[in-house]
Amino acid sequence: MTEPLSPPRKRNPLNRTRLPSQPPAARSRTSHGLTRAAAEGRFALQRCSHCGTFCYPARDICPQCLSIDLPFADAPTGGKLVSETTVRVPADVYFRERAPWRIGLVELDCGPVLVSHLHGDCVEGERVRLSLQLDKSGQAVAFAKPQQETPAMQDDRQWRELTADPKFRRVLVTNGRSAVGLATVDALIKAGARIVHVGVPENWKPFAEEERLRALPGVKLVPLDLGDERSVRDVAADIAGKTDILVNTAEFVRPGGLTDRQGTSFFQMELAETYMGLIHLAQSFGPVLRMRGADGIDSAAAWVNVLSVYALANWPPFGAHAAAQAGCLSLSHCLRAELRPGGVKVMNVFTGPIDGDWFQTLPPPKVAPRAVAEAIVAGLRSGLEEVFVGDVAQDVRRRLAANPKALERELG
Amino acid sequence: MGAFDLLSLSTALAGGSVRVIDLTFTLSPDFPVIVLPPEFGQASPLRIERISRYDAAGPAWYWNNITLSEHTGTHFDAPIHWFTGKDLPNNAVDTMPVSDMIAPACVIDCSAQAAADPDFLLGIADVEAWEARHGRIPERNWVLLRTDWSKRGGRDYANLGEGGPHTPGPDAAVMRWLVEERGIIGFGTETIGTDAGQAAHLDPPFPAHHFLHGGGRYGLQCLRDLDQLPPTGAIIIATPLKIVNGSGSPVRVLALVGATG
Repeated sequence: MTEPLSPPRKRNPLNRTRLPSQPPAARSRTSHGLTRAAAEGRFALQRCSHCGTFCYPARDICPQCLSIDLPFADAPTGGKLVSETTVRVPADVYFRERAPWRIGLVELDCGPVLVSHLHGDCVEGERVRLSLQLDKSGQAVAFAKPQQETPAMQDDRQWRELTADPKFRRVLVTNGRSAVGLATVDALIKAGARIVHVGVPENWKPFAEEERLRALPGVKLVPLDLGDERSVRDVAADIAGKTDILVNTAEFVRPGGLTDRQGTSFFQMELAETYMGLIHLAQSFGPVLRMRGADGIDSAAAWVNVLSVYALANWPPFGAHAAAQAGCLSLSHCLRAELRPGGVKVMNVFTGPIDGDWFQTLPPPKVAPRAVAEAIVAGLRSGLEEVFVGDVAQDVRRRLAANPKALERELG
Repeated sequence: MGAFDLLSLSTALAGGSVRVIDLTFTLSPDFPVIVLPPEFGQASPLRIERISRYDAAGPAWYWNNITLSEHTGTHFDAPIHWFTGKDLPNNAVDTMPVSDMIAPACVIDCSAQAAADPDFLLGIADVEAWEARHGRIPERNWVLLRTDWSKRGGRDYANLGEGGPHTPGPDAAVMRWLVEERGIIGFGTETIGTDAGQAAHLDPPFPAHHFLHGGGRYGLQCLRDLDQLPPTGAIIIATPLKIVNGSGSPVRVLALVGATG
C-alpha cells in the first residue's frame, strides 16, 4: 500500500538544492502520436486501418499486414502485469537519483506488450490500467496503476514524478479578483495545497471576496498587477522560491474585433494584462521554477495558463481578445520548451466563454468558473499539458482538427 | 527692474525666505487612476518597463520606458479635455500660454468638512466665508481645495464604495461662479479628479470639468501637501509636458511660499 505523503520538512540551508535532471528524451516523429495523447490524458496507440491490429512501440508499417496506414486511435487501457523489475543502480543520471525504480512488462488486452513505469501498488501477475504520461523530459511514457483504487494511491512516488499534484505544494494564483481565480483557489485548497498565494490586481479597489479569502487557512493575498513589470518582480522576489505551481488566471475580455473598436487603448490593455503579463511572470518566476524542478516532494512542478479556446482560431466578435490569447498561447509553447530542462510542466487550460459579465448576452453553453478550477486541479493531478473545458472548447478543438478552414468560416 | 526682481527671488530661494513646496505625488504604478465603467476606455496607470540596468541590455546605464495616460498621477487638465472646451483656441497643453503655468493660489481649507463627509461639496457660501476672512479671490488665481485627502493611502484615497468613488469636490454652482464671477485661472484638488467622486450625478455632470474647460481654464488634481500652503500668497508652478494636442499631462507641481506666509 502506498505510504501517504508527509508534509515536507523545511529546507536545510546548508544543503545545495538538487538540480533537475531528465530521463532520456529522444523519440521518433511517429511516436509523438503518443506524446499528443499523453498531453491530453488519452491512452492511444497506433492501430492498423486495414487489419485493426494495435501496435507498440511506434512504427511506420503494420507488423501484421505491412500496411503503412497506422493512425493513432484511443485504445482500451486494461492489461496484465506479466513481470516486474526493480532497477536498483541505473546508469542514467535521472533514474539513478530516483532508484530504486520499478518498471514492468504489461500485456495489454488489445495485444501489445509495453515496458511501463509501475505504481507502487501494482502486483506482478495482476490486472493493471495503463495510461500515457508525460515524463520530466516532456515525452510520453506508459504508466501502470492497479486495477482497483488503493488508499493514498495519488501519493505514489513514481506517479508523483509524472504529475504535478497540488498536495503539499505552494501555489500562486495570479488573479484573485476573477471568478475563475477565486474558484481555483478553493479547488487548490481542497486538493491539499499547502499555501496558495493569491494575486490582487489594483489593490486600491475594494474586493468583495477579500474577507472570505483571508479567512481560508493557507491563503495569502499579495498585491499583483501582471501588467506592471515591477509589481511582478517584487512579488517574485518574495515568493518565487516558494512557488511550486503557478496558475496564471490573467483575464481581460472585451468585445470587438479590428474595425468595430474605437481607438487602440483596449488592444493595448489586453496585451498589457495578458501577453505582457505572461512575459513579466515568465521572466520573474520562470528561472526559479526551472531551478527547483527536483527540489523534493514540493519541487516546482507546473505552470498553468487559462486561455480562451479562441486562441486556436479567431472568433471575430471577440477577435482582438482572441488575438491576444493567441499571442499568449505562442508564448506558452516557448515557455514550455524553456521550463522543460527543469522538469516543470506547462499546462494550457482552454475554455469556451465563461459564465460572467463579459459574455452575459451569449446563450449557453458557457463554462462555469468552478468547472475551470476543477479541470485545473484534475489536470495537475494527472500531469496533463492540454485541457479543454466545456462543450465549446471541445467542439472548437474537434473542428480545428478536422478542417481549420471550415472552422474559420464558421466562426467568422 | 525685472532683472532686479528675479535676482531677489533667487536670493530669497537660496536663503530660504521663499520656500519651494512639492505638491506632487510620486508617480508609481500602484497609484490609483480614475475609475470609469469598464466598457469605456480607461486611463492607463503608470507602467515602467526596464530598458537596461547596467546589464547586458545596457552595460553602463539604467533607463526605462514608461506608459501612462495624460491623466495619471498628479496631473494637469487642459480645456480640450472636456467637450465644453473642445473648440477654444490654444486649448491643449502644447498651445496654451506658458504664462498660465505660473500663477498665484488661494487655498480653501475644507479638511474638517471632508473628514466629516467624504462626499462633501464645496458651495458658494463656503467660498464667501473664506473671502470674508482672506479677501476676494483675485482674477487669474488658482483656487485649491484643501481636504487633506492626500494624506490618505491606497483604498481610502480612491474610496470606492457603493455607487463608485466617494471623494470631496465642488458643486456645480460654485464652479460656474468661480469661473464667471471670480475669473479664476483654474481649480485644483487633492483627489483623483477636479470633480467630486459622485459628480456624475450633479447637474451638469462633472461641473468642474464642464465650467473650467468651457471657460478655457485649467484643472490640477492629485495634489498633495496643500496644508503646507498659506490661504493666499503662494505661487503655483505647473508646467505640463508639451504633448502635441495633449488633453493634459502628468506634472510636477511646485509652490513658492514666502517664509512669513
